[in-house]
Amino acid sequence: MNYYFRRLFTLALTVVLVLILTFSVFRVIPGDPALAILGVEASQEQIEMLSEKLGTDRPMAVQLLEWFRGAATLDLGTSLRYSEPVSDLIASRLPVTLILALESVAIVIAFSIPLGIAAARRPGKAADLAVSVLTQLGLAVPSFWMGILLLLLFGLTLNWVPVSTYVGWDENPWLALRSTFLPAAALAIPQIAIVVRYLRTSLLEQLNLDYVRTARSKGLGDRAVLYGHALRNSLLPVATVIGIQFGELLAGSLVIEQVFSLPGFGSLLISAIGNRDYPLVQGLVLFIAASVIVVNFLVDLSYRWLDPKIKLR
Amino acid sequence: MRRRINMTVGLLLVSMLFVLMLVSLFYTPYEPNAMRIADRLSGPSASHWLGTDNFGRDLLSRSMVGTQTAFLVGAASVAIGAAGGLLVGSLAGYAGKWADELLMRATDALLAFPGILLALLLVSVFRPSLLQTILAIGILFVPSFARVVRSGVLQQREADYVRAVRAFGAGHVNVLFVQILPNIASSIITTAALSFSTAILIEAALSYLGLGVQPPDPSWGRMLNESQTYLSAAPWFTLAPGVLITISVLGFNLLSDGIRDARDVRA
Repeated sequence: MNYYFRRLFTLALTVVLVLILTFSVFRVIPGDPALAILGVEASQEQIEMLSEKLGTDRPMAVQLLEWFRGAATLDLGTSLRYSEPVSDLIASRLPVTLILALESVAIVIAFSIPLGIAAARRPGKAADLAVSVLTQLGLAVPSFWMGILLLLLFGLTLNWVPVSTYVGWDENPWLALRSTFLPAAALAIPQIAIVVRYLRTSLLEQLNLDYVRTARSKGLGDRAVLYGHALRNSLLPVATVIGIQFGELLAGSLVIEQVFSLPGFGSLLISAIGNRDYPLVQGLVLFIAASVIVVNFLVDLSYRWLDPKIKLR
Repeated sequence: MRRRINMTVGLLLVSMLFVLMLVSLFYTPYEPNAMRIADRLSGPSASHWLGTDNFGRDLLSRSMVGTQTAFLVGAASVAIGAAGGLLVGSLAGYAGKWADELLMRATDALLAFPGILLALLLVSVFRPSLLQTILAIGILFVPSFARVVRSGVLQQREADYVRAVRAFGAGHVNVLFVQILPNIASSIITTAALSFSTAILIEAALSYLGLGVQPPDPSWGRMLNESQTYLSAAPWFTLAPGVLITISVLGFNLLSDGIRDARDVRA
């Protein structure tokens, strides 16, 4: 219990710090935020009106308290550009980004486990070296460029997938899946590289342990030892890595969505930054950061729950 | 054997890029911003090795000059991150107690942000520019450097040699810079090499989104953005900047791995 309490306390503290950070970013600009949005040609009345709308005419402490209270009640203010509540805008774009990230996680799992096994079965041999070269490359290619290349190859040259036509999940799930497959794959590639490296190390570690020797000495074949024993034990740390990657995938989708013109968080955030729509930028960044923190927290807890050897302290 | 390969290939790639950057300071086949509409979107040929872009500008020259931006952003942001991290990390490790707890929780909060998200938040404050890109990426690196420095300081603080020089009356600044720092230099260098490749990746992403380096400053990410409109008409346009980003990131990643392996005898 003590452990959970402490972990929960750290979680709360991190969220508070993120709240303060997202709050202060737009208040450290020298001068009036309303002036920064409107530009120097704006009239005094315009600036005063916007200040009132943004709430920046009130004392800083009041503003901060409002921001905290709003975040607790999921009221993140109103977008300047769309004149809609920020939380509604987030909710309307959430499915695209979320499903893109989940699809990437599925691709990561599907590809990284066989590749990791192939590398660990005969360390130092051809398959291992090939996987190691591929993972280094996978980590180095920017995922948005990989997206452009995939688009060029499968969209424009081979015509396998529709280009830049997004179909909503509620309209046609199959088409939606097809139109998000390439971006999901592009996002997944660097993460596959990371998971393969973890799995390889973790498998090699397990294969050197005593229980594997015992299993071999009682006559089990390579396959039985690998799949029945070693793989199971080495998947645990890998599961954590995949969980933590969820945040990276969520953030990576901000860029990749622009490549494929997907109407998710990415296009919302980029246009909000371009329009100097501070409430929207603030709210969206807070939402994404808070989701990442909560997911990492849950991964951490589940890890301890999955592995009874780990004592909660 | 394997560690040697990492280090060798990493050094080779990084020095190749470095030479390319040096050359580009004095010589490019064409003036990188010179437009020749007659030659627009022409494929690789003897006169334009990597083809031309939508304004007829020579892609080889532009890619070469892009090396300067990549190295500048990498070096400057790593310097900012390392300086900030040194300050925060040594303060946390040295002062201990409350200052340590507070600073470490703050770095935790910053590390909870995925890199590109924090960079986007930071660049949204000011108008996009090269300087702003460098600052945003530099701030991004402070927490990871701070952690490396802090754990180094904590490890070395109670070592016999540190106690000895302190007994001789050495001041805190002396102990930190002259005694402790050289002993944690290799982990700082590993972090620096890794951050360098992260900086190149994030700069490329920001510039691709139009929120990083602005024209006329050359940038590979910006070039990728421009290339996308002409993807079917001029597929070569996207290749040069993308390949160069990949080579730079690969080079610095391998270098970082190589340094780490060389230090860690067990690996």
